[in-house]
Amino acid sequence: MHQIEKETVLDVRGLRTEFGLAECPLVAVDDVSFQVKAGEILGLVGESGSGKSITLRSILGIVRPRGRVWGEILWKGRDLVPLDEAALRRVRGREIAMIFQEPMSSLNPLLTVGLQISENLAAHTDLNSKERKARAIELLDMVGIPAARNRLGDYPHEFSGGMRQRVMIAIALASNPQLLLADEPTTALDVTIQDQILRLIQALSRDLGMAVILVTHDMGVVAETCDRVAVMYGGRLCETGLTADVIADARHPYSLGLLRSIPRDVAPRTPLYSIPGAPPSLNALPAGCAFTARCPVAGPECRDVRPSLETTGRQRQVACHHREEALIHFSAREAAQ
Amino acid sequence: MSRSSHQAATPLLSIHDLHMRFEKRRSLSDMLAGRPRQVVSALNGVDLDVMPAETLGIVGESGCGKSTLARCIAGLNRPTSGDIRFEGESVIDLKGAKRRGYNKRVQMMFQDPYTSLNPRMTVRDTLREAITVHHMREGAGVDRRVDELLDLVRLPDGAADKYPHEFSGGQRQRIGIARALSLEPTCLVADELVSALDVSVQAQVVNLLLELQDNLGLMVLFVAHDLRLVRHVSHRVAVIYLGAIVEIAPSEALFSKPMHPYSQALLAAAPSLDPTARRRAPALSGELPSPLDIPPGCPFHVRCPHATALCRQEKPTLRPVGPGMTACHFAETIAGA
Repeated sequence: MHQIEKETVLDVRGLRTEFGLAECPLVAVDDVSFQVKAGEILGLVGESGSGKSITLRSILGIVRPRGRVWGEILWKGRDLVPLDEAALRRVRGREIAMIFQEPMSSLNPLLTVGLQISENLAAHTDLNSKERKARAIELLDMVGIPAARNRLGDYPHEFSGGMRQRVMIAIALASNPQLLLADEPTTALDVTIQDQILRLIQALSRDLGMAVILVTHDMGVVAETCDRVAVMYGGRLCETGLTADVIADARHPYSLGLLRSIPRDVAPRTPLYSIPGAPPSLNALPAGCAFTARCPVAGPECRDVRPSLETTGRQRQVACHHREEALIHFSAREAAQ
Repeated sequence: MSRSSHQAATPLLSIHDLHMRFEKRRSLSDMLAGRPRQVVSALNGVDLDVMPAETLGIVGESGCGKSTLARCIAGLNRPTSGDIRFEGESVIDLKGAKRRGYNKRVQMMFQDPYTSLNPRMTVRDTLREAITVHHMREGAGVDRRVDELLDLVRLPDGAADKYPHEFSGGQRQRIGIARALSLEPTCLVADELVSALDVSVQAQVVNLLLELQDNLGLMVLFVAHDLRLVRHVSHRVAVIYLGAIVEIAPSEALFSKPMHPYSQALLAAAPSLDPTARRRAPALSGELPSPLDIPPGCPFHVRCPHATALCRQEKPTLRPVGPGMTACHFAETIAGA
């Protein structure tokens, strides 16, 4: 495959982000490691509170000063963790850009969108004001806003939700970033508009060779958009692999349960598989595997001994003590249905 | 219950030519310029029959009027024109005891589990209020009923004397279901009941709803944007576009062979779990037109790939096509292609 030859642009090693008092910290992200290659779309999946957004914010250094970040975030070989604000600002927004979940609250309602795009161009490029305007039109055109030239003077409230998200993407793209961090970019949008935005991100990644980390809670979005996927639970990675492999053949009990609870190929109106219990709160995580309390195959050691992310196949890692039992448990259920 | 027995029985709920218009307030400048008052047409002639014990799914993009329809049925909005009949009797102009009787029979469950419960009332107070206002039980019977209800929605013992903030999102939605069931309704209106919940918790609430419906013989209007869930829980599904039903059919028929081009696009846009089924182009271009200014003819013609001159002039009516009803001039040729 051609992906293997592409260079790794981001290499996160042992990332740990914590909040609160140093004596009893809330660990939001715990020992998370992953790589992203140029032109690749990595999906980061998990439910609310699993630490996926904090992972993105840690990469950009926007969890400080309240959050404390440890580990290494190697951006093209250079560690971002020890950098000060001034040095980070040269990377942030220029080489690594981010789009947020709510396009309404992320745009300044008092400034025209044209101004908000040129703001980013002024900060990160050497263009003069005329060139900035031309580039802003070009960017709005690229993200598919009709009649871009006439819309530079419009305010965010004059755009619909989907169009605002396109404006956010245009602002993020203004500085030709090599990595785009997308934090649930389509969660607030309708399926038809979500589909348009995801196809746009996919096309931009393919055409510009841009790496993307897409945070989502929807396995369907991952299946349709991402090359690789990393599943997070309780601030830790529990499974990573190529999207097709993970969806067809998940190995971690959490990913298995998550995929099983989505209705597909089951008789209508029959009970769906549901993962018992609720996601754990950050101040009550066990020392061992975070999924222990809800896991159907958990043994006595799971609560105390932390399973490490082990390589189990080609580009495939799973963190579970009972991989065999999990597979047997879930395939038995499948046969029963 | 099979579809044929639905047709034989009389409908529990019958909606005829329902219109709902919201008038926008005229600004001073509008008045000075003599501009007419703007009107949002949220519902434009909805006809619908729902049978006892049936689940009707309602899907569509945001702003298409699906919540307005739900609120009209629950009596929270008074429709501008048209008729809603419940057990053969018109409910729009009900007053006094008859209105209270209807309100008891038709109960609504809301989307946001965090704002739909009073944070200063314990679960017991919330349920007692509903039970005593409608004189469902007297004296000691009230508390017995509260315990019964909490048992029914499987909340743990001791939940009655806790406040809403002590519960997770999924548990709060169960409290909302218990509150709706406390009045022993025959019809439940579920407006995006599970869309605010994590995927792993959604299945628990959906399973509970299915089980309660079967045990209590309830009619359920399931308004949601998650098409996979709607397919799973519904007997029949109605697709709404700009305040009118464009297609209504038995769930399996609609999802396996949609007849209206809008239903086709909506289903194609929903993310599938099959990574091999990826598309490069979005399923549907453009956005929902503003309900302030609905296009003449077929309201979908501006986004429809099959639109002809006829579609721009004449509004298609809902007519039988295949196993359901479709409002499209060319449903047979488009679906056959």
